[in-house]
Amino acid sequence: MNNNLQSRRSFIGSILTIGLTGFAGSIIYPVIKYLIPPKQREVEVSNVSAGNLKDMANNSYKIVRFGNKPVILIRTEKGDLKAMSAQCTHLDCTVQYKKSEGVIWCACHNGKYDLNGRNISGPPPRPLEPYLVQLKGDEIIISRKA
Amino acid sequence: MNMKEHLSKTYMWLDERLDLTSLFHFIEKKTVPVHRSSIWYYFGGVSLFFFIIQVCTGILLLFYYKGSADLAFESIQFIMSKVEFGWLIRSIHAWAANLFILSVFIHMFSVYFEKSYRRPRELTWISGVFLFFLTLFFGFSGYLLPWNKLAFFATKVGTDIAGNVPIIGEALKGFLRGGDDVTGATLSRFFGFHVALFPGIFTIILVIHLIMVQRQGMSEPIESEPEAAKAKQKAMPFFPNFMLRDMLLWLIVLNVLAILAVFFPAELGQKADAFSSAPAGIKPEWYFLFMFQTLKYIPAKLFFVDGEILGILLFGLAGLLWIIVPFWDKKSSHGLRNRKMNYLGLAAVLFIIILTILGWVS
Repeated sequence: MNNNLQSRRSFIGSILTIGLTGFAGSIIYPVIKYLIPPKQREVEVSNVSAGNLKDMANNSYKIVRFGNKPVILIRTEKGDLKAMSAQCTHLDCTVQYKKSEGVIWCACHNGKYDLNGRNISGPPPRPLEPYLVQLKGDEIIISRKA
Repeated sequence: MNMKEHLSKTYMWLDERLDLTSLFHFIEKKTVPVHRSSIWYYFGGVSLFFFIIQVCTGILLLFYYKGSADLAFESIQFIMSKVEFGWLIRSIHAWAANLFILSVFIHMFSVYFEKSYRRPRELTWISGVFLFFLTLFFGFSGYLLPWNKLAFFATKVGTDIAGNVPIIGEALKGFLRGGDDVTGATLSRFFGFHVALFPGIFTIILVIHLIMVQRQGMSEPIESEPEAAKAKQKAMPFFPNFMLRDMLLWLIVLNVLAILAVFFPAELGQKADAFSSAPAGIKPEWYFLFMFQTLKYIPAKLFFVDGEILGILLFGLAGLLWIIVPFWDKKSSHGLRNRKMNYLGLAAVLFIIILTILGWVS
């Protein structure tokens, strides 16, 4: 009799535990799923126009929108065009061209890259991703490197 | 029936239902020890005062603030230029946030140096450290809300640091940003954290923290414990003696806050632009400067480990050790003086101060 009661108790206990766990799960699961942001399809961009060559003086730079990402376009002192990702590989700040030193510089943690995007000093662990620059007449076209 | 009789009848009615007499009895009996370090007792109260100010001014700002990337910056511009006293409310909110964090720092380190975390107050310490972390999260999330350039890049860096946490980093970064990059989705989330999630959690932990302080009474320095009888003599009633002193200090603090808010109003800067470079001279708020500066000094690679990951691991470990201080300082819990803890605390304070100054001047 006692044994019967005991097993009935433990049976009800385990049914309750399973039920409550399931109940908690049915609340927590949708909440967690809700909090994870949905994957937005990135705008597929293969190339963008970065304006007219005549509008860009030697030894200057600009940040160009490439889909959702910023790309830095630099016209060197000699007039060459260089383009690479503007996102610092250290902590994601947007870099700039430091004319006085002729380097790409991240103001957030003083990281420096040379004009080929190689990390040369400070905390950046990797080089900047290079982009291709072409001229279509006077129009500057930036595209992803294959 | 005169006024006095009315009041006494109301009191009796309430007392019958809420047992107010025992509450008054508790307040009457509550004392605060008097010794050479008593001054540090006030900083918990000052921190509480700043929290109350933040809740009040935060609610006022909510009447006009709009939490979206298109409208946030403009809504603050509107608050500061069109709404009467809007500049003052925002300025008080911004200054009180800084003073709140400063006061929490002082409160926490004074508790540390007094070893008030020792048995039986371990849980009070742990709840306090969680409140400290939440205060920093408040600062971090609130900083983005004006949606200006500095805030934008500070959030980029801060969330990217979170992304370097081993294993869960990427998921955590996505959760914080509401996507891959810092966008309007991030602003919406931070707005939610700042005005709903954090205040809710903070209030719960704060209530627990305060209940524990009331149940255990004020901690006394280790030196005076053997002379318990003497210490008992040197105590002042909480009500009204200590409370009046508390009130006076709150009044002084309120004046300092008003002077700062009026003469050095909070700036707004330029609107955030995801396609512009991080401005030269960019720095986080002063309370994150020591971590920011440390990250600058850690090289890109150290023993095959990325510098930033190493930084996060080191700060993570320090934070964990800080939470569990009462459990590894066994000596203080046994009522013995532990000088090593003083040196360690002093090293931590010096590290924070020196790196903050270096970050400030660089």
